[in-house]
Formats: sequence, C-alpha cells, structure tokens
Amino acid sequence: MRTKWLFNLQLAFTLLVCAFLIVPVILSIMAGLTVNYLVGIESGLTLRWVMEVWNGYRNTIFLSIGISLACLVVTLLIGIPTAYVLARRQSALARAIEELLVMPVAVPGLATALALIVTYGSLSGFRTSWAFILVGHVLFTLPFMVRSVLAVLMAIDLNTLEEGAASLGASWWRRFRDIVLPNCRAGILAGSLMVVTLSMGEFNMTWLLHTPFTKTLPVGLADAYASLRLEIGSAYTLVFFLMIMPLLLALQAFAQPRLKKFVAEDDIHE
Amino acid sequence: MSDINPMSIALKTCAKTFADGTKALEPLDLSINAGETVVFLGPSGCGKTTTLRIIAGLEEPDAGGQVLFDGQDVTQTPIEQRNVGMVFQSYALFPNMSVAENIGYGLKIRKMPSSQIRTRVGEMLGMMQIEKLANRRIDQLSGGQRQRVALARAIAVRPRALLLDEPLTALDAKLRDTLRLEIDTLLRSLQITAIYVTHDQAEAMALGDRIVVMEHGRVAQIGAPRDIYQKPATRFVADFIGTMNRLNGAVRNGVFTCRAGDLPWPEAPADASEILFRPEDIRVTESGEASRLQGTIASAFFLGDRTRLFVEVGEKLPLVVESTARRDFSRGEQIGLAIDPRGILIL
Repeated sequence: MRTKWLFNLQLAFTLLVCAFLIVPVILSIMAGLTVNYLVGIESGLTLRWVMEVWNGYRNTIFLSIGISLACLVVTLLIGIPTAYVLARRQSALARAIEELLVMPVAVPGLATALALIVTYGSLSGFRTSWAFILVGHVLFTLPFMVRSVLAVLMAIDLNTLEEGAASLGASWWRRFRDIVLPNCRAGILAGSLMVVTLSMGEFNMTWLLHTPFTKTLPVGLADAYASLRLEIGSAYTLVFFLMIMPLLLALQAFAQPRLKKFVAEDDIHE
Repeated sequence: MSDINPMSIALKTCAKTFADGTKALEPLDLSINAGETVVFLGPSGCGKTTTLRIIAGLEEPDAGGQVLFDGQDVTQTPIEQRNVGMVFQSYALFPNMSVAENIGYGLKIRKMPSSQIRTRVGEMLGMMQIEKLANRRIDQLSGGQRQRVALARAIAVRPRALLLDEPLTALDAKLRDTLRLEIDTLLRSLQITAIYVTHDQAEAMALGDRIVVMEHGRVAQIGAPRDIYQKPATRFVADFIGTMNRLNGAVRNGVFTCRAGDLPWPEAPADASEILFRPEDIRVTESGEASRLQGTIASAFFLGDRTRLFVEVGEKLPLVVESTARRDFSRGEQIGLAIDPRGILIL
C-alpha cells in the first residue's frame, strides 16, 4: 500500500515537471495557430500567421540554415584535424591550445562580436556579407566540435590503431580515412548536432554582427516579438521547429555506422 | 602452408635515445636468420619492445644505426612499405570493421581483387578456427578470439616477417598456455621469420629457437633456450630465467663448505665463493643416506606432481628444492640435502 502511494507521488511529480516544460511549447505553437491569442482558441484556428511569417521572413530562415550548414562544413574541416593533432600530441602546448579553444564560449558573445567589428568592420564587402556572421559562429561553435571529437579519439587507443593499419601497408591518408574518421564518427555526430543547433539559434553575437540584409532567424524572431503581433512571433517559432527537426534527424541517420557482411565462398579449396 | 618467403633481419649498431634524453637502447648488433623464431626477453624497460619497433619501422634508430632485411638497408623505409606483420599487446583491431574486414584490410590496401580477398580471408578464418566469427564486431569477441583475429590479420598479407609484441600478456594463464601452443605450431608450419617480445620466461623457452635476454637496453645473452637456462652468462640471466639457488662459502681440498655444511665437489675451482644451482639439481636425501648438508623446511607446497620446498640453510634466501610428492614434509623438519655437482654454476 505504502509503495503504491509513493509510486503515485513520484509519477505525479514527474508529470508535473514534464508539463512545466512542455506546456509553454504547446501554448506557443497554439498561439501561432489561433486567430486572436487574446480571445483564445474560441477565435478559431488559422494558418494566416504561418503564411505571413513565410512571406515576410522566409529569407532569414534560409540564411540561418545556410549559415549553420556552412558553419558545420568549416568546423568539420578545421575541427577534426585539430582534434586529431591534439589527440596525438601529449605536450603541454597541446593542452594549452585545447583550453584556449574554449575561450569564445566563456567570453560573452557581445564582446566577441564587438572585437570582430572593431577589427574587420572597415572591410565593407566582408562586413556586409553573411560570411561575417559565419566567422563569429565558427569561433563560437568550433570548441564544441573539437571537444566532442577529441573525447572520442582519447577514448580509443588511436596511436596503436594507426600503427596496426600502417603495419598492414596503409599510408597516412588511408589510415586517416579508414581508421581515424570512422572511429570518431560518434564524436563527429555529437559535435555536428551541437554546431548546427548552436549556430541556428545563436542570437547575442549575431544581433551585433548582422546587417538589414543579413538577418538570421533568431534576429528576425526578436524583431517579430518586439514589433509585430505575438501570433506572428509564435508562428515563427513553429516554422523554426518544422525546419530544424528534419535537418537534425537527417544528420543522425547520416551518421549511422554500417558493417559490411562477409560471405564465405562456397568453394574455398579452389 | 609455406606460401611465405621468409627473410633474414640484421641490426647494425642500432641505438635509441628518446626525445627526453632517455637511453632506451645501447648500440645493438643482431642478426636473425630467415625462418627463425627469436624471442626478446627481459623485464619492462629493458629495450625489447624498442628493438622490435625499430625492426618494424615504428621507431627510427639513432644516427648510424642500420636495419637490414635480406641484406637490404630499410632504415629509411616507413613501416607501411616494409611488409612485416605485427601483432600488438592490445591487438589494435579496428572497431569500425567486422572480423572479416579486419583480416582483409591489408589485402584491400594491396588492391587485391575482392574475390581473392574473400578466398584468402576464408583461408585465414579456417586456419585460426574462427569461421563463425567472420561477421562479428570486435567488441563482441573475447580476448582469445581477438588474439586469433590479430594473428590472422597479420599473416593474411603474407608478410616477410612476423613481429609479436607481448601478444599473450593480456590473457589469463590457461588461455595463454593454449594460445602459446597454437602460436608455436603456427610459426613452425609457416616457417616464417618471427620475432616475439615477452617478459615471460616460460613463453620464451617454449617458443624461441633463440632467446635474446635483455637488461637495461643491452643484450645480456643470446642463445638457444637450453644454453640460456643451463649456462647463463651473467647473474642477471641466471636469476631472470627459472629459479636459481645460491650458497656462499669457500673451497678447501675439493670440499665446498658453507653454513649448511659440507659439499664434496672434486672439480671445485679454488676461488669459488658462491655457487648457483637449479632446484632440480638438489634433492632431499633418503633416511639413512649420509649427508653433510643440512637444512630446515620453512615451507612446503604440495603441487600435485611434486612438492616444492623452501629450505632454510642460514643464507639470505632459502633454497628452493623440487621434491617428490609421495613423501609428506612438514614445516620445521630437519632434512639432509644432496647437490649434483654437474649442475653447479659459478658466475
């Protein structure tokens, strides 16, 4: 009797916590779909706000997806080799670099953005292009890629695996391609998810770096909340969800490991 | 089976100093015949693994050192072009590949057509009796199975030499015995040049055509297992291989006198002050047999086929005596001892 009572209490508490987290999401989605939020759901459901967001802010969505994917490509190209080198070198310098890489995460985004503007702001072609935002995002997300790949590389005995491959005749490039990359797949996936989601949602640095022509999704969202109806802001969030979920699922699926099956020959004896 | 073309290996004044200044290996000259199995034996830090890695091409010897394969200088050749098979203590199997893919990897690198790779991998799986594991992932294998896969992978490419770095150290004792036998059979049937690194003297004795005993980056002795055991060149070798008993004393008129008593020894050199002998060269005398050597049993271990006695004779260390399992020994018992003079060594 007593255990059942305890179980019910735990269940109630768990549901309460879930509700606390999920209800705002549902409310926000509903707000984006109701005709008039102040009147409530009785005013009816509509896709009008979603369409308005689509027509007015479509470009910010595509820009955000574009920047986050570009950011992913750059962090993959820089981050994996960096992690590889850091994993192979045990020197104090390597450890220092590892720590320094995390600095852009600790420093407030606004400060990083200001530093970028002060340094490169006068290069007008660069300042007004989306690449300017990309640089900020790469600075901010790179440590997440390096750290997650490095963690995986440190967990496997990378040196011995490479020596094993080398003894079988594999050149440096073959070893990197056949052994190093596949074995840090989990780290690359974790890092990629972090990079894409962080870049997609990054606001405080982007808010300073953007220009009216390079508005990203979170900046547009802030605009919408500040200057338009609440319904539009909520519809915006809904669109954001719909855009990012397939992207993240695709990333997951892409990183699934596959083993090839060995089929023994019927006649081995020849 | 002998589809492998074995090669001879020679090291010429190969030394190794690490970046931090540690001298891992003093200049070493060594030649290994084609088809021979040589075991590098020694405690950790003696330079045995470093020597193996120099032969493999994973370490470069200090300037002046040379590695020759069949008389050809390969010192500057990287490991991937040396065509040597390696088996590592940690196996170094690729976790991203199945067992069959691991074994076939070296063949894929050599651009062998996939049908031939399949045939060769099948052969290897059969040879190591692991056919059923072909599609397993590495993390689904036991230690012994991993070791078999590692061997199959190294041999699949028909290397000119097989280098094994403490391949059995990570396994438990029973499995170690089984695999030791398998490796021995394998090396004999392949007739491949093999270098085997270990710190286990029983492994070294069982596998080696010759044993290279190393200490502090130097070779202490090179020889057949029997020579190393029966005629150790230094005290270190004598102690490291098998068990060695010591008695301190002095020789007078063909009798060696020590605290335990007198040992008649006609050929005794006049200046012998310490004698060494193996446990099998000393025995407990029968009751009624005259004996001038006495000792007290400190402990007796019944091992089934024999009894191992530790006998106190007033020396720093008790003598180890292998005795019959038929007689009952008890601690504190006084016994007479007899030493076979043919087994006595002076170093």
